[in-house]
Amino acid sequence: MLVDIQDLRIAFEGNGKRFEAVRGVNLSLAPREKLGIVGESGSGKSLTARAMMKLLPPQAIISATRMQFDGVDLLTRSERQMRRIRGGRMGFVLQDPKYSLNPVKTIGTQIAESWRAHNTGSRKMAREAALDLLEQVMIRNPAKVLDAYPHEVSGGMGQRAMIAMMLAPDPDLLIADEPTSALDASVQAEILRLIDALVERRNMGLILISHDLPLVSHFCDRVSVMYMGRQMEEIAAADLAQARHPYTRGLLNCMPALNQPRETLPVLARDAAWLEETPL
Amino acid sequence: MNTMIDVAGLRIAFGASEVVKGVDFNVARGACFGIVGESGSGKSTVLRALAGLNRDWSGRIAFEGTPVGLKRSGAFYTKVQMVFQDPFGSLHPAQTIDRILSEFLLVNRTGDIDGRVNRALAEVALPPSVRFRFPHQLSGGQRQRVAIARALIAEPEVLLLDEPTSALDVSVQAEVLNLLADLRRRLGLTYVMVSHNLAVIAHLCEHMGVMQHGEMVEQLSTRTLREGGATHPHTRDLAALSLSLETVDAPAV
Repeated sequence: MLVDIQDLRIAFEGNGKRFEAVRGVNLSLAPREKLGIVGESGSGKSLTARAMMKLLPPQAIISATRMQFDGVDLLTRSERQMRRIRGGRMGFVLQDPKYSLNPVKTIGTQIAESWRAHNTGSRKMAREAALDLLEQVMIRNPAKVLDAYPHEVSGGMGQRAMIAMMLAPDPDLLIADEPTSALDASVQAEILRLIDALVERRNMGLILISHDLPLVSHFCDRVSVMYMGRQMEEIAAADLAQARHPYTRGLLNCMPALNQPRETLPVLARDAAWLEETPL
Repeated sequence: MNTMIDVAGLRIAFGASEVVKGVDFNVARGACFGIVGESGSGKSTVLRALAGLNRDWSGRIAFEGTPVGLKRSGAFYTKVQMVFQDPFGSLHPAQTIDRILSEFLLVNRTGDIDGRVNRALAEVALPPSVRFRFPHQLSGGQRQRVAIARALIAEPEVLLLDEPTSALDVSVQAEVLNLLADLRRRLGLTYVMVSHNLAVIAHLCEHMGVMQHGEMVEQLSTRTLREGGATHPHTRDLAALSLSLETVDAPAV
């Protein structure tokens, strides 16, 4: 198992009150497997991903009966040990390249920096590695992009550069948190296809986090649907059209569709019973 | 046809770069016209010029047959109001909903502020308790309802909608789209809606214009689009992409 998480809980305390944002999430991912985590804003999907990298704010309280990455217990890792895993063995692609790339460094410098953080080699080797990585993410003119600053490239190009940076240390797992939400639909599909191909070629595992259920279903093997910190269901992506949970059905149903005009869109009826924790 | 909005030869340039290169369209009273395109196609720029938020345009923009100039009068804004994409960015963070909604009434020295604020909240199906809260205390969908209520408080005839649901979850998007459709029916409003999402445009609008690189490459009715009658390759691309993304069982393009 590449990722094995049992009963993950993330809580925040303040003013004497305790709020559990993630309540009992179970995830498992085999090598080369692709898992989608889908949910609305506030469902805890990003928190779950960040907990895996231990990138949560210090006031967050994480607990889990098991939280392992490739046999390594993440709960007991120190920050120093985490730094080797984070970036090195787990890559993390964030939503908006505008904010996640350093605006005052060229793209080449940033990729080379991430390569040198996890490999040993000269500056020249790092630069060559960066060029090679930009080629791998299908940038047409990699030599030019290498010396460009993030504001000089388009959003899709920036996201490709971001992916190149994450691939530099050759990770085993790629976590992509809404990697395409800030991009146009046509670029969205391109980036996801690229991620898909790279994951395939490099035998990586992929965790794709998104609010877009149909989109995720095209690129993942399994989809885990979250609502208010709880997992509603986990379902094979191919069976999504037959999903039975009313929340999943509701999410699929309430989107306007080009090929089926409707006078009014069905509105999701939320049921408090979905959030009840069934005692084991 | 009773034309509400008439745009002809609209050109918008920022310095040397022309971002809208001659756009013509008109919208009938009570109709909903959608403008769809990718980022950078100039769709929002057109909308901002209609709203008078952009002064670098040339050409003709007329509401109810009366051409408007670069500067708009106060009376103009009682007729035309705009709703922006991100309700977080468009509502004043340090003002209560009550203050946000009464701004227009105070500026225009309208009476019965209390009644009109309450009516506007009821119009967008928000509970009266929302009135004395701050924007950060509301959810994204509620904030967008407030933004719509603020536009409605002027009792306008035209609503300009710039990606009104793009920042929202799909379930909340459905609620806001239903609200917009309902308001248009009840109040007889005319909409111009800009979105990158073809399915959203097709849901709400009967007619649409497709923009690419600053030009409106095709105008067609939603019905024609659904029947596969789009002629321009860009429209066809957008439609094919939209269809492939909305199905859950078919593989991606």
